[in-house]
Amino acid sequence: MNKFAHLIRENGLQKHDLNSKTKKEFSISRRGFLIGATTMGFTLGFVPIDLVTGAEPNSELRFEPTVWYSIDTQGMITVNIAEAEMGQHIGTALARIVAEELEVAWDDVGINYVDADPKYGYRVTGGSWSLWQNFDLLSRAGAAGRKALIEEGAKILGVPSHKCKAKSSRVHYGNRSVGYSEIVSKGDLSRRFTEDELSQMPIKEPEQRSLVGYDTQALDIPEKTNGAAIYGIDASVEGMVYGKPIIPPTRYGSTILKVDDEDAKKVAGYIQTLILDDPSATVPGWALVIADSYHAAIRAEKLINVEWKIGEGAKVSEADILTHGKKLIQSEKGALLIDDPEVDVSYQDAHSVLNQTYTTSTVLHFQMEPVNALAFYKNGIWHLHTGNQWQSLCLPLFAKALNVSAEKIIMPSYLLGGGFGRRLNGDYGVPALLASKALNKPVKVVFSREDDTRFDSPRSPSVQALSMAFNKKKKTIGMQHHAAAGWPTEVMADFFMEEGKNGVKFDPFSINGANHWYSVGAHRVRAISNDLANKTFRPGWLRSVGPGWTNWALESFMDEAAHSVGIDPVKFRLQHLISRGRNAGSKPNSIGGANRLAQVLNRVTDKAFWGQEMPRNEGQGVATSFGQERAMPTWCACIARVKVDTLTGQVRVQQLDLVIDAGTIVHPDGALAQSEGAALWGLSMALFEGTQFEHGQVKDTNLNTYTPLRMADVPELNIEFIPSHYQSVGLGEPATTVIAPAIANAIFAATGARVRHIPITPDAVMQALELTS
Amino acid sequence: MAVQFEINGQKVEVDVPGDTPLLWVIRDELDLKGTKFGCGIGQCGACTVHVDGVAIRSCIRSLSSIQDKAITTIEGINHPPQAAWVETQAPQCGYCQSGQIMQAASLLSQLPDPTDEDIKQYMNGNLCRCMAYKRIHAAIKIAAKNMKETPVEVSGGAKS
Repeated sequence: MNKFAHLIRENGLQKHDLNSKTKKEFSISRRGFLIGATTMGFTLGFVPIDLVTGAEPNSELRFEPTVWYSIDTQGMITVNIAEAEMGQHIGTALARIVAEELEVAWDDVGINYVDADPKYGYRVTGGSWSLWQNFDLLSRAGAAGRKALIEEGAKILGVPSHKCKAKSSRVHYGNRSVGYSEIVSKGDLSRRFTEDELSQMPIKEPEQRSLVGYDTQALDIPEKTNGAAIYGIDASVEGMVYGKPIIPPTRYGSTILKVDDEDAKKVAGYIQTLILDDPSATVPGWALVIADSYHAAIRAEKLINVEWKIGEGAKVSEADILTHGKKLIQSEKGALLIDDPEVDVSYQDAHSVLNQTYTTSTVLHFQMEPVNALAFYKNGIWHLHTGNQWQSLCLPLFAKALNVSAEKIIMPSYLLGGGFGRRLNGDYGVPALLASKALNKPVKVVFSREDDTRFDSPRSPSVQALSMAFNKKKKTIGMQHHAAAGWPTEVMADFFMEEGKNGVKFDPFSINGANHWYSVGAHRVRAISNDLANKTFRPGWLRSVGPGWTNWALESFMDEAAHSVGIDPVKFRLQHLISRGRNAGSKPNSIGGANRLAQVLNRVTDKAFWGQEMPRNEGQGVATSFGQERAMPTWCACIARVKVDTLTGQVRVQQLDLVIDAGTIVHPDGALAQSEGAALWGLSMALFEGTQFEHGQVKDTNLNTYTPLRMADVPELNIEFIPSHYQSVGLGEPATTVIAPAIANAIFAATGARVRHIPITPDAVMQALELTS
Repeated sequence: MAVQFEINGQKVEVDVPGDTPLLWVIRDELDLKGTKFGCGIGQCGACTVHVDGVAIRSCIRSLSSIQDKAITTIEGINHPPQAAWVETQAPQCGYCQSGQIMQAASLLSQLPDPTDEDIKQYMNGNLCRCMAYKRIHAAIKIAAKNMKETPVEVSGGAKS
């Protein structure tokens, strides 16, 4: 089951509930679907069934409109977007789905990013979930609207509705037609549908589609080329002051002993240094430099001395966290995600067992727009203006910080200058709210880049031990995967934790990927929370979360396993991709199961001419991934071609070929753009990124030492999608996690040197080369 | 001491300390929000604007150094690079793109027909965290072609 459905089941939440106060009491059977006419036009939306029953759909007092989309009397369709726009052009894709079924002219369609009002449902943009969650729902909502428009259009034309067709924002009967704008103006579009009726609303067969699956220009792009796009950092309000963080030496446990701002008082515009008192414990040991401009705050901060009692975290280094992870793996701790009964017997009976350990460094989000937030109180309501990915998680946190109820806080939407999971964690909103409350005026907090990286919730360093048991005939009879890392979900969203076979709770996001689609005989997967990591920093969800490390280990290991039994790495994988048992797949998300992974793997080997003769010190490496999570697999395979300089250890990635099966592709060019960016993120994290904790803080805080991939590092990139009409799944992440292992496997193919840590440094390559000689 | 300069063709006078980075003058004193803050040390390129037609990093350029100079920001630039950016659908989150476009415009005014290597070299200081580099590169090629066909003023008097 997917995590979102899980959350709904556990907490009784509904994604499209209208009424926040009774949200938790709703279940699907108690809701209805309604098309209500308002003076503004007609609107479709879920409303509580008790509101529908006996209520007047036309009553604007009782019907709160605009959950999904609206059509005004000019015939303009506005699709409400409750997802954060952070580069994935999600508004365009969702609007295409509505427009497809509603039969509207694409030029009549606009999008509206809505605020965090609970009437828009549970708000989270992450996990590559947006299209997967919304495709069916929005298709049927569009179809319901079309049905109503046809019926009312037919009345206006005075003809039977079953002989009418909708096309291009008009209802047609023979040569005659009436436009949607006229129908909305004149018709009575009040309709009620039950959940069942809506779920049975006929939608188009794939071959009937004219928008979904066809290219278009993304609606959000033009304003991103002329400076008009508004991000959180651009928000301002009359009378606001600026706050610049003074971040304590440790994430937790530091307290301010003394602030000396005598020298800062000479800075024009400096107002004060505010020590934050935080009931939510999000920003302990913090102060803010308050000034009438940001540049004055920067100037003043350099002249302010803060003394802290320093927290325990200051004693912790990256090596300590990794060493602790290794110890945890040797212990019995952790949750067993998969624990087949025959594992121990298989290992006892094994002719040989291959063991390897893989590690990964801390990775920063380094989204281009440093985190920021503008907070103010007006007419009894707190306003927080900031870009965010998980409003439904953040609002309760903000409520705790302010000691008010969550209904008293509103969060308008802004474009995100990069998300990548950083803005799932809304901790950066807390200092702005606290300062605004303390000062009784609007406060805009802007993090410098160094503040942003030091306060990042980075991807945790990880340690993983993998093993595979073979019988005498070198057939795989068992596999184990033990992974220890900091767990973001445990720290920030424990309601998302799942329970292992041994009753221990675990963060599914931190182990996704290890529960793979290879048939390996008896299988055991154990996830272990690295408590030292969790205590030292706040681990974050970063583009894929767990698969960033689990797939690194898994796909490197599959290569090592293949070589250990003398089989070609592609052939070895194919031998283990069998659509049987737990790997058979199921409707609707994973139809075909392991066979679909085999299909992309086969296709990419053709595409990249796998097995071709390579020049000296060049090689090809293969890897697969199933994307974000097993419940929603995006099938992906990659072949990387690299050249290794054996004198320096420098690795040059020459070419990346990827084949992806993400089911139905809604916006092909947008899907390609996502995958291009995702693949290059993977390359960046494999070779160019990575930092380390030193004294409880990340060592690299800006681009002088943190060095993500630049244009000159971009290899030849060939990405292909498998044509498919299956369930639409996610695309933000699959191409990210397949890259690093493909590169490591290519380095091995080129030189015989095996690296088992990312980022892959020239030093590590040189050391591995020495072992081969 | 007040500093006078021209921004997007308009004469302005700003009276904040001379060591104030031009970026914050543009964003917060002149309220032109299209120019973005990324790293503050001149290494991401999000804050790129033109001073007398040449791309500079406004986060490390002081106000006092631009007395009587002509500044062009994303809001004041002519269209060829932008149209090409739409054509290749280059922006993802879009946050770096003002800087990318200003950098590219400066490149094109100096080298109207850049090679792939020219583009990589000139654009390498502009970080795109979404990693839309392939499309940015392609957009610059298209913009160069468009400008060859219809020469226009890109910025600050430089013609191609």
